[in-house]
Amino acid sequence: MTTDNASPQEPHDGEHLKPLLPILDQHSTRRTLLKTAGAALGLAAFGEALSPLMVIPENVSVDEFLQQHYKELTDEDKKKVFARLEAETKERFGANVTITDAKPIPGVRFAYAINVSKCNGNGKCMEACNKENNHHRGVDQSYIRVLEMTKGSMDMEHGSTTYDHTVPQDDKFYLPVQCQQCDNPPCVSACPIEATWKEDDGIVVVDYNWCIGCRYCEAACPYHARRFNWELPEIPAEEVNPNQGYLSNRIRPQGAMEKCHFCLHRTREGRAPACQEACPTGARVFGDLNDPDSAINYVLKNKRVFVLKEELGTKPSFFYFFD
Amino acid sequence: MPANARKKRNVAALKHAVRSYPGFLWWGLGQATNGGLGFYVWMTVLTAIALVGANAWAHQVAQGMIVTNMTDHVSWGLYIANFTFGVGLAAGGVMMVIPAYLYDDEEMHKVVIIGEAVAIAAIVMCTLSVLVDLGRPDRFWHLLPVIGRINWPVSMLTWDVIVLNGYLVINLHIVGYLLYMRYLGRKPNPKWYVPFVFLSIIWAISIHTVTAFLYCGLGGRPFWNTALLAPRFLASAFVSGPAFIILVMRILRITTGFAAPPKPARTLIQIIRVAMTINLVMLASELFTLFYTGGAHGESAKYLFFGSHGHYGLVPWIWTAIACNLIGTGLFFMPDALERSNTRIAACILCIVGIWIEKGMGLIIPGFIPSTLHEIVEYTPSLTEWKVTAGIWAFGFLLLTVLLKLITTVFAAEAHKTEIA
Repeated sequence: MTTDNASPQEPHDGEHLKPLLPILDQHSTRRTLLKTAGAALGLAAFGEALSPLMVIPENVSVDEFLQQHYKELTDEDKKKVFARLEAETKERFGANVTITDAKPIPGVRFAYAINVSKCNGNGKCMEACNKENNHHRGVDQSYIRVLEMTKGSMDMEHGSTTYDHTVPQDDKFYLPVQCQQCDNPPCVSACPIEATWKEDDGIVVVDYNWCIGCRYCEAACPYHARRFNWELPEIPAEEVNPNQGYLSNRIRPQGAMEKCHFCLHRTREGRAPACQEACPTGARVFGDLNDPDSAINYVLKNKRVFVLKEELGTKPSFFYFFD
Repeated sequence: MPANARKKRNVAALKHAVRSYPGFLWWGLGQATNGGLGFYVWMTVLTAIALVGANAWAHQVAQGMIVTNMTDHVSWGLYIANFTFGVGLAAGGVMMVIPAYLYDDEEMHKVVIIGEAVAIAAIVMCTLSVLVDLGRPDRFWHLLPVIGRINWPVSMLTWDVIVLNGYLVINLHIVGYLLYMRYLGRKPNPKWYVPFVFLSIIWAISIHTVTAFLYCGLGGRPFWNTALLAPRFLASAFVSGPAFIILVMRILRITTGFAAPPKPARTLIQIIRVAMTINLVMLASELFTLFYTGGAHGESAKYLFFGSHGHYGLVPWIWTAIACNLIGTGLFFMPDALERSNTRIAACILCIVGIWIEKGMGLIIPGFIPSTLHEIVEYTPSLTEWKVTAGIWAFGFLLLTVLLKLITTVFAAEAHKTEIA
């Protein structure tokens, strides 16, 4: 092949091409040499330019690289994956944690409701979420945004999430927004690789180890419920919540998507979500839609209930009501 | 041509055929990297910019996308903006195939192959733009069929991946086959390329339609959620593609003497005149709905054109785009634009810049402002994002230069042969 290139090749007819490209005849060896040197130099520079990528093999083990989608993992695979993740958490964050895989309880379908008359915008739910779910401490991250709304309007245009005065203000009401766990979730439709899906109990989850971080789901969500890990989260070892779920609150990797998962590592074991537990006003109602005696069903039957952006057809499992 | 000469040519062709397609590619690479001092300076500068981009991207992967200025509020930025424009360029590159084959316009054929080369380079740029936007490029294989888990047909993004890659393969085949046949001195067999040319025409429309569906299918983003988006994408692609090709042809004529007859360029100008007018009419119609009705749909447009709640980040961008598009369109309608004039070149540059902003910073970013909970967080690309984007453009130009070098070499050799015959 090399000789092909170096010799005066022409595409059609031997004698005819020589006068067309005489330079090839005269300098072929020198030119080839220069080109080879140029190519070698270019490749070396390319390698050097990309050298920061060497952190990938340092941070991403072969096992992690080859890890299959959550739904394809056998129990045996999961054991290995969880052990590896626990070891990595120990190594990177200095914390001893246990990662579990709580499954949906058969026949249960979770839903949430917020009493807008009671919520006073104190923000305890956000704090609890931040701690429970091992959020990045560098930013005030949580899965909840509380909108301070102006009385007389349901238009979020007149809301603010960045208020920092004493609450509640007389002319305001408060609207906490988190993942609405839609029955027709636009984020799940958007994901190109099935890294996010709806579980049997209605919770939309993310496999943080399968997500490629394209952020199409974040663009698709009408409730600003999804978050991206723009960098590796920072959490002091003593603040790490050691009770972690694979699909819920384990420390998320850099470059993957995350979202509210109704604290499935708690709720699937019969406990309340952290935000509900922390709420001092009793505005939050959580429970099983399939249980006729549940508090959530009482609210749905007896209160004037509404959902956010109903016109989009997302069918939220997250409701709001006034007393 | 005397019979013995023809026989001699056939023998020669057979000899070359033995050298095979990979052999042709190797020969082509050798030819495409030959040139004068100016050529080597051009290639070195492009390589340097591409390397700066590659390095910036590598740092981004290592440190996380925190080095970009994207946020959870504006979660797509310059990369996706550039991607959207690139798809239009790629689609537009093949639009010119339509008059050539549908109306059997022989003179267009020499230009068509330039369009295909532009399409190939643009598609590669698109793929790179998406790749650098991924938070986890190491998990890229999750997108591959069989070994990955593709959410097809539900996710529009999987459609986009499929149509873009398909388009790349089709165009590589067409360009490769036509050049290889010329190189062998054989007449291309229509069976092996005409069906693919028609496929690529349909496919060109599909890549831009699917890319528009990516945005306009999202109910939660009122600014994008308009049925006019795909038609507008197509109309503007019919402008940016041909305009870019006219510029490429001008540069080729100056640097290599590779000249097409004047008629194809005139056809292109006519296409641009109609397409740009349609684009502007659709823009006006869009603006009417946005501002007359107002409400949630109008909020992003208000921010984009006039600023909102004390935030004016995109206002200079969009008015630059509007000015470029209007002046560019005006210039295209001047009689001078039909000639090889500076008016034509100025018009092309203005419309390309205008559409780049309109489709990128003027479309992708305002989709996120205000956010779905009506917060206003502004976005300006970071230095890393500019470096990576410049790197992708430089790589695209490198690829285009190599392809054009190959095309002009093969055509020049053939012209030479025809002269002798």
